[in-house]
Amino acid sequence: MLMRKVVGLAAIASVLAFAAPATAQEKIKIGVSYPTPTHAWAAGMNWHAEVAEKRLEALYPDVDLILVNSPDPSAQASALEDLVAVHQIDALVVLPFESEPLTDPVLNVKKSGAWITVVDRGLSQPGIEDLYVAGNNPELGRVSAKYMKGRLKDGDNIVILRGIPTVIDNERFDAFMEEIKGSGINVLDHKHANWNRDDGFQVMQDFLSRFPDIDAVWAQDDDIAIGVVAALKQAGRDGNGMFVVGGAGMKQIIKGIMDGDDLIPIDVLYPPSMIATAMDATVAHFKSNGPIAGRYILGATLITPENAESYYFAESPF
Amino acid sequence: MISAPERHARKPSRRYALDLKTLGPALALLLLCVIGFLLNPAFVSEGNLTNLLTRSAFIGIIAVGATFVITAGGIDLSVGSMAAAISGVMIIVMNNVVETIGTGVATVLLGCGLAIVLGIGAGWINGALTTKGKIEAFIVTLGTMGIYRSLVTYFADGGTLALNFDIRGTYRPVYYDSFLGLPFPVWVFIGVAICGWLLLSRTAFGRYCTAIGSNESVARYSAINVDAVKTLTYVIQGLCVSFATIIYVPRLGSASASTGVLWELEAIAAVIIGGTVLKGGYGRIGGTILGALILTTIGNILNFTDMISNYLNGTMQGLIIIVAVLLQRSDWRLGKSRKT
Repeated sequence: MLMRKVVGLAAIASVLAFAAPATAQEKIKIGVSYPTPTHAWAAGMNWHAEVAEKRLEALYPDVDLILVNSPDPSAQASALEDLVAVHQIDALVVLPFESEPLTDPVLNVKKSGAWITVVDRGLSQPGIEDLYVAGNNPELGRVSAKYMKGRLKDGDNIVILRGIPTVIDNERFDAFMEEIKGSGINVLDHKHANWNRDDGFQVMQDFLSRFPDIDAVWAQDDDIAIGVVAALKQAGRDGNGMFVVGGAGMKQIIKGIMDGDDLIPIDVLYPPSMIATAMDATVAHFKSNGPIAGRYILGATLITPENAESYYFAESPF
Repeated sequence: MISAPERHARKPSRRYALDLKTLGPALALLLLCVIGFLLNPAFVSEGNLTNLLTRSAFIGIIAVGATFVITAGGIDLSVGSMAAAISGVMIIVMNNVVETIGTGVATVLLGCGLAIVLGIGAGWINGALTTKGKIEAFIVTLGTMGIYRSLVTYFADGGTLALNFDIRGTYRPVYYDSFLGLPFPVWVFIGVAICGWLLLSRTAFGRYCTAIGSNESVARYSAINVDAVKTLTYVIQGLCVSFATIIYVPRLGSASASTGVLWELEAIAAVIIGGTVLKGGYGRIGGTILGALILTTIGNILNFTDMISNYLNGTMQGLIIIVAVLLQRSDWRLGKSRKT
């Protein structure tokens, strides 16, 4: 839209002379495919993808990013076919709905000659993607455990609220347990709270009834953490140095950290903005004089009051 | 199996007063509580029991409405999504009137009033489409389920809708405060249960529901206004969803696409565990209440033990539900005093 206006202005006023040759050139078309947002994290990803699209297209007039979201794996497979057939894309950025069913469709895009960037969820066959951009689930568990070890002492008790039983959840949990081992901190129990506020609230209520002495909570996720905090406040057990560690980087939590919240003093990043990182890197493949290929694993950064501001996006839904 | 005439027998014989059909849910709940206590004495602590009752209130209140719908031979799959959509609209409207009305009681009352209007409206839509539109209830409510679920996702822009912090301060006591030792949601639950019980077993309307569920044609020939009664059952269901929403919103002050997921199935399960017949014609509010308590207790007990793998929670829930229904459905009788 904006581009077209700029072009129109250039044609009429002949002021922006550089715009005309840019549109005359062959455009670099990059398809971006991801699941339709149905939860807050994905909605944040959608927002960041749209922001990156505007920013990159303004920066490079010859780059055209085409954003498509799909409600299920088979719709995503069709969307990939359309990107090749209709738009004849030069590169694809894809966050696969599921690994197995989308491996072949992505391979077909690859065969059309397009450059492939896979985000977050790997394909089931290695070697298809040129670039892999992802968050670091085991690192998220490790960073959380390290923080716990720094704050707690030998003999302190924690409880863990886990996500939905999946590989992601196992990776986070196993790495956390590995790191906490031998520290003398007791993990009283761990239950699934499904990355969900309501479940976080109920599971924490039950933990509070069951264990009279809890010193900290690893909620693994910011939605769960919000439910946990409500349960702690209800039971009046939010004092005495109690703290909750979440994860992801939800804006409300980051705001709280910026304001010096005692109950959720830090957060561990697993950012939905990784889609923007992938889009940037893919564009850089066409624009940079340096090589872009391989694996780009984001760090699970510890967000503290000192650095929180740079991870706060007030406009994002997440 | 229960044969139709037996179910509709107006004068149950005294000999069956101790029949497991009616006692089954109560026994199952008692058994669960004993297990809970043996696993961890903290199970019967005042705090946990209060949590349990408060938590049952959501599903329980919705299940009271579902008892009417199911007794009259219908089904409503849209309740969970409806609760999510109503919470979403409530939050948006309350946030938007802060400028004009402020963050006081008036805003909260406006939100609650709106919830009730929306609930009745949504219920009426389900009912009218079923009766006047002559579409099966399963399909109508499957459709509205999808509509409401995607509406809340749309309102929240895929994310989470959060209630204004100051309004939350005003509204919070509705969930967290108590009266005579019982939290407000439990009082609402008790109120809805008593009204539901009176309506189903002590009024002509209740008998019409049962008659329609048993045999719709016969009910029609008996000069019952079948369409009106059936529509009204969906309206009652919608109203119950509003009440559940009104006590749900102050808990976390937020609504998202994951609000109320699978509530419809939990409500239906509570109704069936309680002894109401899924294909209609027989309903028991008392049983429904016990059913809702049983469902919540299962989840609570599973959180109180680490003996069972987390991955098997669903298995335990499924087993207990089936056993509870088996207890009250099969012809278990104390003594073989009856010939078939």
